[in-house]
Amino acid sequence: MIPPETTSKETSEMSKAGGPSEETAEAAPDLSALGVREGAGHAVHVKDLHAYYGQHHSIKGITLDCPANEVTALIGPSGSGKSTVVRCINRMHEEIPGARAEGSVKLDELDVYAPGVDVTAVRRLIGMVFQKPNPFPTMSIFDNVAAGLRLTGTRSANLRERVHTALRAVGLWGEVKNRLSEPGIGLSGGQQQRLCIARTVAVEPEVILMDEPCSALDPVATLKVEELIDELKERYTIVIVTHNMQQAARVANTTAFLLEGELIEHASTNDIFTNPKDERTERYVTGKFG
Amino acid sequence: MDASATTVSGDRSGLERSPAARLPDRALKWGLTTLAALILVLIAYFFIRLIGQSKLAFSQNGLSFIFGNDWDVSRNIYHGFPLVFGTLVTSAIALIIGVPVAVATALFLTELCPRRFRGPLGMVVDLLAAVPSVVYGLWGVYVLIPKLLPAEKWFASTFSFIPFIGGGTVTGPNYFIGGLILAIMILPIVSAISREVIATVPSENKEAALALGATRWEMIRIAVLPYSRPGITGGAMLGLGRAIGETIAVLLVIGNAPTIGHHLFNQGYTLAAVIANEFGEAAATPIHSSALFAAGLVLFVLTLFVNIIARWYVARGERRQRGTAGTGATVAAEPASETA
Amino acid sequence: MSAVSGLPEISPRRRRTDKVMRASLLVATLIALIPLILIIYYVLKKGLSEWFKSGFFTTDPNGNFFGNPGGIRSAIVGTLEIVALATLISIPIGISVALYLVEYGKQSAFANVVRYFIDVMTGVPSIVFGLFIYIVLVLGHVGGGFTGWKGSVALSLLMLPIVARAAEVVLLLVPNSLREAALALGAPRWRVVSRVVLPTAAPGLLTGSLLAIARGMGETAPLLFTVSVATVLTGNLGAQMNTLPVQIFQDITSPRNEIVARAWGAALTLVALVLILNIVARLVSRRSRMA
Repeated sequence: MIPPETTSKETSEMSKAGGPSEETAEAAPDLSALGVREGAGHAVHVKDLHAYYGQHHSIKGITLDCPANEVTALIGPSGSGKSTVVRCINRMHEEIPGARAEGSVKLDELDVYAPGVDVTAVRRLIGMVFQKPNPFPTMSIFDNVAAGLRLTGTRSANLRERVHTALRAVGLWGEVKNRLSEPGIGLSGGQQQRLCIARTVAVEPEVILMDEPCSALDPVATLKVEELIDELKERYTIVIVTHNMQQAARVANTTAFLLEGELIEHASTNDIFTNPKDERTERYVTGKFG
Repeated sequence: MDASATTVSGDRSGLERSPAARLPDRALKWGLTTLAALILVLIAYFFIRLIGQSKLAFSQNGLSFIFGNDWDVSRNIYHGFPLVFGTLVTSAIALIIGVPVAVATALFLTELCPRRFRGPLGMVVDLLAAVPSVVYGLWGVYVLIPKLLPAEKWFASTFSFIPFIGGGTVTGPNYFIGGLILAIMILPIVSAISREVIATVPSENKEAALALGATRWEMIRIAVLPYSRPGITGGAMLGLGRAIGETIAVLLVIGNAPTIGHHLFNQGYTLAAVIANEFGEAAATPIHSSALFAAGLVLFVLTLFVNIIARWYVARGERRQRGTAGTGATVAAEPASETA
Repeated sequence: MSAVSGLPEISPRRRRTDKVMRASLLVATLIALIPLILIIYYVLKKGLSEWFKSGFFTTDPNGNFFGNPGGIRSAIVGTLEIVALATLISIPIGISVALYLVEYGKQSAFANVVRYFIDVMTGVPSIVFGLFIYIVLVLGHVGGGFTGWKGSVALSLLMLPIVARAAEVVLLLVPNSLREAALALGAPRWRVVSRVVLPTAAPGLLTGSLLAIARGMGETAPLLFTVSVATVLTGNLGAQMNTLPVQIFQDITSPRNEIVARAWGAALTLVALVLILNIVARLVSRRSRMA
């Protein structure tokens, strides 16, 4: 077992040296398995976004920049539209009957809402992890991670390698390497969520959206996922919705506060919590409402 | 109420109802229970009587009743494999044609159809179940058979190299028409069950597929269909049960020839059809009527069997819905690996 | 087609498959609708003119070899009476069984056995029910040979599981809080059932009953073995009666065109009755859901 003072970086260093803690090293997220990433990261620019559920005007003109290779947290009370914003980024919002969105969401220079854009291509680039872990119940652990890869016709030898590296990347490899053919839903909640993250990472997106990924998990599992998020931001741009302000404080570089479909304030996490500019932000982060 | 006047710790008689007042409740309970039990007893009784009436035919023909190929009323020989064969062939055709169409409509109505059309279209498909079987027969005889005959003849001659499906004499009434009408008749039940099952696919799995960049069809393929498979299979088997037992429509369009047709477009016979068809003339001949009862018994047991398996499948699909927990080993191992 | 550069290419094969499969599902659904449309079309086309022939509804089939073959009056009367009696038998019993399952038996072993049997009963071919009654009542000459009421008994065997299953679903939908509120007021269980549960479930029970009646009305095979064939008009359920399905069945194979035409007219009548019952049942169910 890893002594508490050791960070995950150190254990992977130890494993590279062929140390006896290979077991535990495999339990730590190892993004290097994914290979070298070319080019700079990609930022998300949300501009003047409006979202509707039928007649209900849910997001009222939000402009938000999520810097590349950083974690941007969205916080706010229930119903403030945090999940909706995130779902608009990968165009999942419009899958709801009667829902639509207007405005622009740019991945660097690419507007995913431009006419003629294929949503399935957008979702390859912008992955999503959901609140409740949702591995495909009829698929094995291996097949779950491979699901996205199979869609793009990845060949089987290449497929196996990429599934393994994805599992290594999220730190699940050690726990599941001997039972890849067992059902994905046989894992614990925390493992399932990391499995879903592996599934997302396997298709090599640029951005990972996370909609309250830890709210269904126990504290130990939550910590593991947060560790993973910290690693993931080296490679991906992450936007995370959370109702847990301590979590935002732990993982996010910048935090945006939303209220009733509007962006109230967006600043470095530190500033939002210790020195908010807007009175409403201040009241929320000090727990006066929400 | 008087209850408030009685102390809790004291005599409880004030709270009790008189035996007379409790009587209607007891009577209702036991009456209903007895009724339910009686129904079970009744069915069992019918079953036993049916077996009794079939004894003669089985003692005279033995297992050849089911497996022998010689149903000859004039010589009082009742080897009913042609009937079994016809039942199986027409049911198979019904499944091959009916189930894919039924599942396709279920998928369309649940996943692709705009909301406001879902109800009306679903109702139209369901109304197929309301059409009486004798009307299917009438329509089959005077519309379907004549209209399809030219196409069937063309098909049989063009594909005569394929065994069974091609070649042979094409008669008006035949296995294919029988199977086709059965396909139409089982469509509503398979579609309705499939629709129910498909609607229970958790939306989070569908979202997961879409979020991975799946097209709509791919989402159906990886998230909806695998999940629904047990339930749909169960629905298909219920359709099979219906097809096996259908009498009147088939009897009118299959030709009622007690032989094993070697081609799809030959005439045939089914277990259900023979009973209805020869019932009149069999009344005078005990061995003949016993043979028909025996056919009924085989039919009953067959449909019972198919239904029981079907329900097991549907139940299996429902069990999956409720989720499978991790195995004990997984749960036990988990804390050890989860702690840092 | 990806108008914006920088997005990964979605292979045209995937796009094509998506389009093709979605189109196929639509086409299959349309194909599924065709038989119903065709049947209604032909039944109307060939049967409607029969309705306007004089005597169609007011005379009985006369079995003559030449001349006017007669109408279907005795068939309609027979069907209405036999199905009415079957309804009187199967609906109360079916609802009672459902009441037992929901209010008393619940998940007990016995109740589960009953439930299972009822479910299995829905899969039994109707001809088998006909055989059952034939063996037990007709062969045994219980109260005569072929009679109308024996047909009713056979039909009620068929309708019972349909009513029971639909009723169970509906009774389960009655919120438990309603029952508990009534019980908490001190009402005995039988009163809760009769004053609270049944009235609340009434629309659903009605729907289930109507659907069962529509089903019973259309069955031929059970009647062949229990009521047999007749042409004479009689109101007497203790005698052989004519029924619509059997009348149609007999007429289909006639060499005479006028008789086949009569079959179409009778089929239209039967289909109209059955469709009306079905549509009313669905309307009742929809209105009660919206309320």
